[in-house]
Amino acid sequence: MINLMILLPFFFAVLIPFLHRFFNNKLHIGWLVLFLPAMIFTFLLQYIPITQAGDTWTSEMKWLPSFGLNFTAYVDGLSLLFSLLITGVGALVILYSVFYMSRQREALHNFYVYLMLFMGAMLGVVFSDNVIVLYVFWELTSISSFLLIAYWYHRRKSRDGAQKSMLITIFGGLSMLAGLLLLSIITDTYSIREMISQADSLQEHILFLPAMILILLGAFTKSAQFPFSLWLPDAMEAPTPISAYLHSATMVKAGIYLVARLTPVFGGDAVWFWTVSLVGITTLLYGSWNAVRQKDLKALLAYSTISQLGLIMSLLGLGSAAVYFGYGDESKVYAIAIMAAVFHLVNHSTFKGSLFMMVGIIDHETGTRNLQRLGGLMSLMPISFTITMIGSFSMAGLPPFNGFLSKEMFFTGVVNASAMDIFGMETLGMIFPVVAWAASVLTFVYCMILVFQTFTGAHKPDLLLKAAHEPPIGMLIPPALLAIFVVVIFFFPNVLAKYILDPAFIAILPDYAAQGGLGKEISAWHGFNTELLMTIGVVLFGLILYKLLPKWIKVFSWYPQSLTFNNLYNGALQLMESVSDTITKKYMTGYTRDYLIYIFVFFIFIVGGSLWLFNGFAFDMSNDSPVSIYEAVMVIGMVVAATIALCSQHRLTSIIAVGALGYLVSILFVIFQAPDLALTQLVVETVTVALFLLCFYHLPELRKEISKVRFKFTNMLISAGVGLTVTILALSANGTRLFETISGYFEDSYALAGAKNIVNATLVDFRGLDTMVEVTVLCIAGLAVFTLIKVNVAGRDKK
Amino acid sequence: MKPNDILLAAVTKVAVLIILTFSIDLFFSGHHNPGGGFIGGLAIASALVLMYLTLGTEIVNKLVPVDFKTVAAIGVLIAVLTGAGSFLFDVPFLSQTYGYFELPILGKTELATALIFDTGVALAVIGSAVTIILSISEDR
Repeated sequence: MINLMILLPFFFAVLIPFLHRFFNNKLHIGWLVLFLPAMIFTFLLQYIPITQAGDTWTSEMKWLPSFGLNFTAYVDGLSLLFSLLITGVGALVILYSVFYMSRQREALHNFYVYLMLFMGAMLGVVFSDNVIVLYVFWELTSISSFLLIAYWYHRRKSRDGAQKSMLITIFGGLSMLAGLLLLSIITDTYSIREMISQADSLQEHILFLPAMILILLGAFTKSAQFPFSLWLPDAMEAPTPISAYLHSATMVKAGIYLVARLTPVFGGDAVWFWTVSLVGITTLLYGSWNAVRQKDLKALLAYSTISQLGLIMSLLGLGSAAVYFGYGDESKVYAIAIMAAVFHLVNHSTFKGSLFMMVGIIDHETGTRNLQRLGGLMSLMPISFTITMIGSFSMAGLPPFNGFLSKEMFFTGVVNASAMDIFGMETLGMIFPVVAWAASVLTFVYCMILVFQTFTGAHKPDLLLKAAHEPPIGMLIPPALLAIFVVVIFFFPNVLAKYILDPAFIAILPDYAAQGGLGKEISAWHGFNTELLMTIGVVLFGLILYKLLPKWIKVFSWYPQSLTFNNLYNGALQLMESVSDTITKKYMTGYTRDYLIYIFVFFIFIVGGSLWLFNGFAFDMSNDSPVSIYEAVMVIGMVVAATIALCSQHRLTSIIAVGALGYLVSILFVIFQAPDLALTQLVVETVTVALFLLCFYHLPELRKEISKVRFKFTNMLISAGVGLTVTILALSANGTRLFETISGYFEDSYALAGAKNIVNATLVDFRGLDTMVEVTVLCIAGLAVFTLIKVNVAGRDKK
Repeated sequence: MKPNDILLAAVTKVAVLIILTFSIDLFFSGHHNPGGGFIGGLAIASALVLMYLTLGTEIVNKLVPVDFKTVAAIGVLIAVLTGAGSFLFDVPFLSQTYGYFELPILGKTELATALIFDTGVALAVIGSAVTIILSISEDR
């Protein structure tokens, strides 16, 4: 059932274009699409009691059982938490998009098809237990994200941003695939659960470290961790509902999901601990540092997302030390970091989602997102101001908002970690609290910029494209709902913890399963401890820095533009393009005969070479039947036809000769009692000759080739080589038996497939997948021919 | 294409009928005798090509008012959906089955899901082959 829920968005995506055609004149199809995530969300709610009781739920759908590949959906606290976020935020985003995306001007069907693809893929990622299935869905999220970023594809920036995100995340995805394959080689299974059950015996394996690094590359690229974070700011070219959904609440958390999911496998290892927490904390600082200088509200939020993702990542890294200690009082001290990560994940989705929507509203209602033009909107958009303030203050870590709670837990996590005495933390542990604190100050600063530079100060109506006013009520509902969550979670954190967070926590740290969670109440007040003092310090320093912002903002211009990662990326891209262009131009001459030469030479070397290397020459004629007179006549006829085709002065003669050759071959098949083959060959020949005759119309008269002797000699050498290789191959194949014959299996076709025709049973049943793919290739080839000829003609006519 | 060969046209009218009948027989007999979706589809395609060659594009387009690109796409869709249909019965992708049924007129007949799959193959082959040939022939 749960598998169907994952596939449902895909099926629905197929329907959307039809719905769009029928309903677009009457209503916004977002209303129809909204129904789906809402339904899946409601459906998923029923699993809460299951995971809350510490149970899990699996349901398996066979995909390719012969390869051990099954579509296994695994519901536990972690996957449930993510899926609720995906569908919950998804529903709100779609509701928001109904008002944001114009029905008349936008290609809505594309938008919602991509969105549904993404939703299905993302659900697939979090529910898959099979690593290969997980990878497939993972790449699908990258692709749908690419499509959504390039949604306004006529803008150059959109296309560039889409390409950047695609290149970076697919690079990570591929290395993740390699890592997952290594992991499955170590554990001899594709199932994540079985990998986890073998976790204790893995660390000695030689492939353990490479697998870990490769998988982390995947997670870091997806979750925009430093230095791969450069794609996220450019992804902001996507429509704002998409930025709110993919690039802050869900897709960028896929990397975090992966790290959390594999913590039981890799956690407790020093390399994992250091890589994840250092990359995370670096990203946290990098993101918040860069967010402060942004002038575009969406760019500011993009960097802030990077920084918050880094925060969660570093918490997961620090908390992985708990795996090292197993279960106990000492482990509990570090496990709080994991709890903080899960908690902050939820909180970030609520406040960042609402903030993105608010920025979208500001953009929508004023026509700009530029901080230098905005200001003084408080009196014009009071509701928007309130919601933005709630979101920002929560992000800054102020009470009474949920961000305060998780920020305090984050401080607890880093302070506890600094006291750790393993993995060399005795000496280096202090960097974590210091960096965390500094980054939090910067976070506070950009949160203040976000609220006060937009809503207070002087209103500059002449700089705005539209007269600022409150958006329609429907547009305010989704962010307002999220803002309500922000406040409610602050007052009742333990309800959330009991039903959602603890089960997710157990999924990351299975050692705590018996106890049902961390067993620690989340509370807003725990006396004047280090964490509270850190928060007070953050607020004080943050306020000072914010007030003095105009004085020190120049710092950012000190760093040379040429040394940024963006510049590096662009340079590398250009270099790659020019190098591959040069190489391609060298061998892509545009002549078919050159390409044929490559193919044939390659063929001779590979086939002939392997025959020679493996000593495959074995001529055994003893079992051959005697050559009958018919066969001899056929072969002579074929030789004659081939010679005519070569030597003829007219194309038409050549074409007919080639046709004759083909028909003779098919008669040969008849003699050897292969009616299916003969029939196919006959029809194929007929169609080919017809095609040839059609092409013939366009070809110039055949003229005497005047070419160099060397050129002719090379051609002759190659053709002789091919002929020789094929002949030797055919003769040797008869004399060699490397494997037991498999034809016995196919002879049972009537018992197995109810078909007396072996050939057909093979085509449609035994090797049905091959046929399906072949048919698809054929169809694509047909469409390609059509496009090449017709579309080009249309273009020519226009000019 | 605007051919003007009366003899060829006269022969074609009869020949196409025979070829089409034969192709349909090829298609259905594929389960137990030589034939099947691929051959059947190609044979139908060749009949269509013959018609295009003798009668000309305009007349045939009137007689057979279908877009062969769509035919190809529908064929692939049928093939993929038969494969995906296996999931509804909780069996691996592309599992085929068959059974014997008492049908009116035909009597005891074997019906196989493979036939649906084969229909997809045949449609895809017809669609692609005719699309390719038509595109090339119409290129000026």
